[in-house]
Amino acid sequence: MATFIVRRLLLMGLVLFGVSVLMFCILLTFSPERRAAAFVTSPQQARDIPKIIIQYGLDQPVYIQYYRWVKEISAGNFGYSTVAVSPVSEAFMRYLPITIEMNLFSTPLIIIIGIWLGTQAGIHKDKAIDQVTRIFAIIGWSLPTFLFALLLLMIFYGLFKLFPPGVLSNSVEMFIMNNPEQFIRYTGMYVVDGILNGRLDISLDALRHLVLPVVTQVTVVIAILVRVMRSSMIEEMSKDYIITARAKGADRKTTCFKHARKNALLPAVTVAGWLVALSIEGSVTVEVIFNRPGMGQWLVQSATQLDIPVILSVCMFLGLIYVTTNLIIDVLYAYIDPRIQLS
Amino acid sequence: MNLSRNPRIREFKFTLSRIFSNPSAIIGSLLLLFFVTVAVLAPVIAPPKNHRNPYIIPHKGYSSVPKPPNKENIFGTTAGQYDIFYGAVWGTRTAFRIGIIVVAIAFVLGAGMGTVAGYYGGAVDETIMRVVDVFFAIPFLVLTMAIVVAFGRGLDNIIVALTLVVWRRYARVMRAGVLTVRDQEYVQAAKTIGVSDTKIMLRHILPNAVFPVMVIAFMDVGSMVITAAFLSFVGLGAARGYADWGQMVALARNYIVGPADDPLRYWYTIVFPGGCIILFVLAWNLFGDALRDAFDPKMRRR
Repeated sequence: MATFIVRRLLLMGLVLFGVSVLMFCILLTFSPERRAAAFVTSPQQARDIPKIIIQYGLDQPVYIQYYRWVKEISAGNFGYSTVAVSPVSEAFMRYLPITIEMNLFSTPLIIIIGIWLGTQAGIHKDKAIDQVTRIFAIIGWSLPTFLFALLLLMIFYGLFKLFPPGVLSNSVEMFIMNNPEQFIRYTGMYVVDGILNGRLDISLDALRHLVLPVVTQVTVVIAILVRVMRSSMIEEMSKDYIITARAKGADRKTTCFKHARKNALLPAVTVAGWLVALSIEGSVTVEVIFNRPGMGQWLVQSATQLDIPVILSVCMFLGLIYVTTNLIIDVLYAYIDPRIQLS
Repeated sequence: MNLSRNPRIREFKFTLSRIFSNPSAIIGSLLLLFFVTVAVLAPVIAPPKNHRNPYIIPHKGYSSVPKPPNKENIFGTTAGQYDIFYGAVWGTRTAFRIGIIVVAIAFVLGAGMGTVAGYYGGAVDETIMRVVDVFFAIPFLVLTMAIVVAFGRGLDNIIVALTLVVWRRYARVMRAGVLTVRDQEYVQAAKTIGVSDTKIMLRHILPNAVFPVMVIAFMDVGSMVITAAFLSFVGLGAARGYADWGQMVALARNYIVGPADDPLRYWYTIVFPGGCIILFVLAWNLFGDALRDAFDPKMRRR
């Protein structure tokens, strides 16, 4: 086990090195003047671009430039974001909680509902619930996330005036802006902060703004989990040990949930990495459509306004998250299923 | 010899009958046929006014308020008075262009890399697959966006960026397929009698390992159009007024929710271009799904 983890950690370092080279290649497509912005930390510095070009060796050979760039990044200097009007590292702390908050709500729902629906569809193959989940999955599969989100906005905001876009109502937002001492932002997540400050009304308001984003995220990401869970459930149910259990008198419910589902969960773990990637992509789309100032919206705004430092650091950050979660999933998988040989 | 007795032709007929016994394949191929017809007949269905560049949607006036369907504009007009019907028709060509160019090039690139990696193994395999790992480390949409930013906005650069990202999956799936075929007896036999590596890969390995990749590629045509549409929607893609469904949804963005007394007043600005995207994607997905059932040896003879 230990050698497996060490080997995977080394590989992970290699991949992250590759990601940094890839990002550096993207950086190289820009002129030195634009690239200088990646090293700036304040608006005052931005006026002295030629000085920065010399200071950071942007007129030097490529490998020296790469070395210096990595050195800056590992020292925590990610540059200045013109979109956020603050250093990238500061803006990170502001935008990240908004994205995390949404995924804290959507991820458990995806896992619980996904496994439940997949199990039900597998047990009742070709019955009504199977057909319903199939249609549900095809919708999640074929419906572009941004169109689905727009459709939800049209119906539930336009027609029924129920769930508005944004993160908070205007009045609440004004209150927080004008009374920073009455509402302390401990975590940056409004639902949690509302509880911590004893302002449940603010938590409820934030929750109301979370409904549509979470519904979109769940619908789009869940499809793959339901389908995998269904087919692995069907496979397990036809195995000999289930027939033996039934022959010995175990009732259908016990064999389904105590015997088959435990084994059927294993293949579902393998799509976990996929779910992470889908959740990240979903967050980007959902935040753009529902106007939530999180990482995704920041990234898209930076892309349209050529805020290069943001794009590079967000890509590196997401790469780190994705590679780390995949490592955890692999180790977890080996731990759950002792039949798997780690080599 | 009687042509219909030829085993290859019989097998092909069997495959076709498998595909078309599946209702979703019939719906999918009918939809595809419809879109192909619209794309081919675009100049007849919606005669271009600007003959030098028919992809520019004609517009009368500059008012930003959309107009509902009428005799002149049967789908209505969107913001900037661009004719929605014209955009929907010519947008079909744009969608095919994006989907097919991206998937075709990425398929050749990815399947080629995957075959070489799987066949030679060792250092070649390690090198190629680590590059694939690097491309896999960043989510699809995010990496595509970063590359579009590097090359500059525009539909052509979106096509380049999508191609540079999507090949990674074909390489991985192809390599896995090649690994299962590589050590079969017939490959050993070919090696023993001195067939060249290139010929073994093309004649013996590729045909036996390529179907899973082909199914994915089929279904990806739709996803490419979705991603391109989203990038156009946020303003990284087609210019304003270009016949592209994503760009048309972007034009509709401010009219998704109408005035308070009639919130769905501008429904046509989003339903027509959005519906085109959804049906196009659905067509490729349904067809790809049926292909998978038809080519999967486990499902095939049931």
